[in-house]
This record gives sequence, structure tokens and C-alpha cells, in this order.
Amino acid sequence: MKSILFNGLSKLLRGIGRRMIERIWRLGAGARLFFLTIIYSGESFRRFHLTLREVYFTGVMSLLIIIVSAFFVGMVLGLQGYNTLQKYGSSEAIGVLVALSLVRELGPVVTALLFAGRAGTAITAEIGLMKTTEQLSAMEMMAVNPIARVVAPRFWAGVISMPILAALFSMVGVLGGYLVAVPLIGVDDGAFWSQMQASVDVREDIVNGVIKSVVFGVACTMIALFEGFDAPPTAEGVSHATTRTVVISSLTVLALDFVLTSFMITV
Amino acid sequence: MDRTTIDLWVGVFVALGVAALLGLAMKVGNLTSNKIGDTYSVSAAFENIGGLKPNAPVKSAGVVVGRVADIKFDPKAYEAVVTIKIDKRFEFPKDTFANIYTAGLLGEQYLGLEAGGEDDVLKNGDKITQTQDAVVLEKMISQFLYNKASETDPKTDAGGAKSDAKASGEKSGEPKSTELGDAPF
Repeated sequence: MKSILFNGLSKLLRGIGRRMIERIWRLGAGARLFFLTIIYSGESFRRFHLTLREVYFTGVMSLLIIIVSAFFVGMVLGLQGYNTLQKYGSSEAIGVLVALSLVRELGPVVTALLFAGRAGTAITAEIGLMKTTEQLSAMEMMAVNPIARVVAPRFWAGVISMPILAALFSMVGVLGGYLVAVPLIGVDDGAFWSQMQASVDVREDIVNGVIKSVVFGVACTMIALFEGFDAPPTAEGVSHATTRTVVISSLTVLALDFVLTSFMITV
Repeated sequence: MDRTTIDLWVGVFVALGVAALLGLAMKVGNLTSNKIGDTYSVSAAFENIGGLKPNAPVKSAGVVVGRVADIKFDPKAYEAVVTIKIDKRFEFPKDTFANIYTAGLLGEQYLGLEAGGEDDVLKNGDKITQTQDAVVLEKMISQFLYNKASETDPKTDAGGAKSDAKASGEKSGEPKSTELGDAPF
């Protein structure tokens, strides 16, 4: 009885320890891949069409999902905001509510979450499959650095696409909120924009939102690349890696958002 | 897909992104004048404009007839000079009254025009002389408290004196009564 309990406990502890060590190992390997990507990213700018191709696949192909979801998010914000604000007789402040919540938080964060689901998974699956079919090894045999040729262009494409997508998300969301608030509900047009313009600061809100989206772009793309690069070369391994990309990217984006916001609000 | 098509689409994508950023900066973040047809501008001086902002509505009888175009501080008279643009279709008498109101308890502030009775109408560049400042809540509360205090002060004084007398009477109840009792006899 005692030995069974002891065995179970030690097994549990060993499992936790192994998992912790594995996580830390993955963090270190991810950081190493990040630095290698930065070092070998010369080629992705010298042969810029490589990066442009990836911008097409990560950015342009994500346009539709970003625009449609931004529109609906903006409209929901307009409806919900009006519902609460009109209780206090200040329904004109709806423009401020929609714009600030989109520009500061929802724009960068929701874009990053959608990006992780739409583009991050594609990157992981593609690189994982390249590894499974030994394309990466073949590149190395031909003295082509796979980090310079495959990883770096995708990384820079993600970093370039994310702020553009986030800016589009915020703008389309504001338009969605406008559509609900002004023509549908009947909030004053001028008050909607004037209150918004009076409260949204270009430096404090819009530039900070862009900074956030750049950081999220680095994080999301790097996680997707690492998971693909690190995936076990089996069908199951690639599928697990794809799942992990979404889970880890989402958690990282939400945690980073808190950290960045706390920096931006105090400074 | 060939390279030129990809370049074209990426170009469209980047252009969209730049347009969105510009839109955010200009339309959401900064001031852009939005026009309501042909207007004429009139100025009015206020001692306190409260939270009135440029582009706020100008209403008469609750209907929007114009917009606040500009707010400046006059360093000589220490007043705020508010320039408003009124729709050309609406003419107001020279003795029109300009008030700053608040929409709701916490709402935004707007400028209200109350038409006077004169025959001459306001023209471009004219000045509205009769104005009323924005109501500052703190001022109102302190005034209310002051009035309340001055109202109740004499009463409380009287009450205090009475209670003092009472207390002293109670305290020195015995000797007083003896005194009183002594006096007539």
C-alpha cells in the first residue's frame, strides 16, 4: 500500500519534472531559432520577392477573415456600447468606446489570434511537412541554409503583415461601429466623430496599437515557425505541432498584451 | 502564381494598410472639419466653456443648426472665444442668446442658441454678445453648500445656545432651583 502510493507520487513528480525540462528546452531552442533567423535574414531582403511571396500567403490571404470579423466586432461593440451608455444619457460617447477599445486592444489582439489560426497553422504545417518529406535536409545537402531560405522570409512576412492587418481591423471595426451607431440607432454623426477625435490620441493610442501588433507579429510568426521546425517528422507530429501553434500563440498574445499594456499605461 | 500577380496583390495589401493607418490618424485620431453645406461663422465670448470641444453641435430648439469651428483663448480679456459655423439656411437675430449646455448628466457639451426679438440678423463675422457660461458642477455644488450653510447657521447657533442653556441648567439644576426658590421668598 505504502509502496504503491510512493510509486504513484514519484511517477507524478517525475512527469512534472520532465515536462518542465522539456518546456524550458523548447524555450531555449525557440530563442536560438529566433537569433539564427535574425542573423540569416539578409537573404530575405536581398531576394525580396521571397518575402513578398510569403506576405501574399500570410497577409493578403488573411484579408477577408480580418475584414469580415472586424466589421462584426465593430458592430457588436456599437450595439453593446449604446445599450449601456444610453442608460447614462451619454450615447454620443459610443464613438470613443468603439474607437478606443479597437485601437488599443481588440485590433491588435483579435488580429493576432485570427492570424495564429489562419496563417500560423499554415506556416507550421508547411514547414513540418517540408521536414517530414526531408526537403529541409535536401536543402542542407545542396548547401542552401533552410533558415535563410525558408524560415526568415516567412518570419519577416509575418512581421510586416501583422501591423497592416491590425490597422485594417481597427479601421474597419470603427466603420462597423459607425454603421450601427449613426444610421441604425441615430446617434449624432458629428458628435460620434468629434468625441472620438477628442479622446483618441495619435501617439498614445494609435502608435501604441501599432507597436503591440508588431510585437504580436514577431511572437506569433516565431512560434509557428519554431513549432514547424521542431515537429517530429510524422503525420501525428505535424498535427500536434499545428495544434500547439494555435494554443501557445493565443496564450502568448494574451499574456504579452497584459505586459505591454501595463508598460504603456504607466509610462 | 507568377511573380507580377503576387507583387500586385502585395501592393494592394500594403496600400490598404497605409490607407487604414491614415484613416485612423486623420478620421479617428485627429481633427478633420466636417462640413454642413454653406455656412456663415459667428463668434461668441464665454468666461468659461467647460468641456465644449471643436466640432461639437450647435443647436437651436434642440435641432442641430451648426458646428463649433474653433475655440481660442483671448489673452486680453481672459475669455474663451468660440467661433461657430451656422448653416446659411438659418438666420438668427442679433440679440440671440448663446448658452453652453450639457447633453444628459455626463454627456458632451453643446452650444444652444436662443433667438431674440430683433429684426437685424447675424451676419458672417458678427459677434454674439449675450452669452451664458457652462455650468461647472463643482461651482454649483460649492454654491449650494454655501447657501445651505448660511441658511442653517443662525438656526444651529440658536440651537447651540439653547442646548447650552439647557445643559447648564441641568448641570446646575439643584443650586439654580434653590436660587429660584430663594428669590421670591
